[in-house]
Amino acid sequence: MADRVGIEVSVAIGDAVKQANVDVIAAYPITPQTHIVEHLAELVANGEVDAAYIPVESEHSAMSACLGSAAVGARTFTATAGQGLELMHEVLYVASSMRFPVVMTVANRALSSPLSVWGDHSDVMAVRDTGWIQIFTENGQEVVDHIFCAFRIAEDNKVLLPVMIHLDGFHLSHVIEPITFPDQSKVDKFLPDNKYPLPLHPDKPVTMGDFAPPIIYPEAKWAQEVNLRASKEIILKCWQEFGEIFGHHYSPVERYHSEKAKVLLLTMGSFSETAMTAIDKMRGEGRDVGLVRLRLWRPFPFEELRRAVEDAETLIVLDRALSFGGPGGPVCSEVKAALYGQAKKPKVVSFVSGIGGRDISPGDFEEIINKGITISEKGSPNEFEIFGVRE
Amino acid sequence: MAKRKPKSEGEMTWRDLEIGAIVTEPGNASRYKTGDWRSQRPTYDFKKCIKCALCQIFCPEGCIFQNDEGNFEADMYYCKGCGICARECPTGVITMVEEEE
Repeated sequence: MADRVGIEVSVAIGDAVKQANVDVIAAYPITPQTHIVEHLAELVANGEVDAAYIPVESEHSAMSACLGSAAVGARTFTATAGQGLELMHEVLYVASSMRFPVVMTVANRALSSPLSVWGDHSDVMAVRDTGWIQIFTENGQEVVDHIFCAFRIAEDNKVLLPVMIHLDGFHLSHVIEPITFPDQSKVDKFLPDNKYPLPLHPDKPVTMGDFAPPIIYPEAKWAQEVNLRASKEIILKCWQEFGEIFGHHYSPVERYHSEKAKVLLLTMGSFSETAMTAIDKMRGEGRDVGLVRLRLWRPFPFEELRRAVEDAETLIVLDRALSFGGPGGPVCSEVKAALYGQAKKPKVVSFVSGIGGRDISPGDFEEIINKGITISEKGSPNEFEIFGVRE
Repeated sequence: MAKRKPKSEGEMTWRDLEIGAIVTEPGNASRYKTGDWRSQRPTYDFKKCIKCALCQIFCPEGCIFQNDEGNFEADMYYCKGCGICARECPTGVITMVEEEE
């Protein structure tokens, strides 16, 4: 029978990775991700997980070790956050380009300087184009569920791409939540053994990460792009099957009272749950507002997003990262790009808030929505609005 | 370079590549002739050669072989003209000269 326990989300991730029968963990500790790999190190040391734990000297080395592990066909996991993700940066491209099914949880953290260990999405946005599948989660159960989904998607021989599971640092990584762990037999059935098709093996030598002159490099890159886009179909199938077996249902763009609502708020990550509280209150007062949450960040779900917002008049997008000198929040600029050519589309208003771990309360969300409505009616000279910063 | 199926690299489409552009044919780098990188070429005075094979050991390209007369000579399809063999030869067999073209 499935176990429902009160547990810190980071520790729950470690337990889920154990259930996923991981082979190799290579990681470097960094706040607010540390508890994940600390717990896994303990599980390995106690013999509770039959896996190799590689304590490396940096995140660059962590991801490099993950490549080597994935190259021999081992099920490979790591975790990082903030500066650690940025130090991995160049190796992230190598992981996706070499088509290695590494799974990584990222406890989203603000970037220095000033030094901040608290959460926002600036680390994610810097690795947006690294070719990884990227999924956002809103609560502990979703993270645990996505450990199983991520391995299944990544290792599918039609996909073979690394997957990042994003969870908000502290706001999600460090809270204690009731989490249901599935039966091991169901996990084993849902998650078959990793069968990487061309592993390094002395009996069948291959060259990985080879040299490509201009005569072949563009073909290699286009193959990668086609593959990442095509992975959406497998992701959808995985979520459907997961829902049927485990009863938790996921989709690329998720809605909350958004059908026929004139005004929509779009969020990503754990702040979506706070936004729901604000939406409930406003709807209780007769306001015509709804919420849309972006779960699948890469590959970007263009069609699903267009369908979710086409009937609205106003779409207010909340970003938790700045794009310095750019067109507004990174999520909003992608949403605008997705809608630009559409005949029927809402007016889009960009807000940036909640950076460096600053909370956005339900009252703040209400204020953001009200300001957004005013801006969509009267216009604004700004590319985006910053909310909650003292003038 | 990516795996050569019946097609050459210039004929291959993105569909012809293995996942991650993995090369499944061992040793196919030998098809990449690096000799045209060369700006200097080795010349030999084989009378001085003591057959010590130091040039072969030091050659970073691995392109020096013993010919039918037992002398050590670079395969000019691969020799990049680095001159390490000339530097290491203890009896001064090898002299590097400018390539004419």
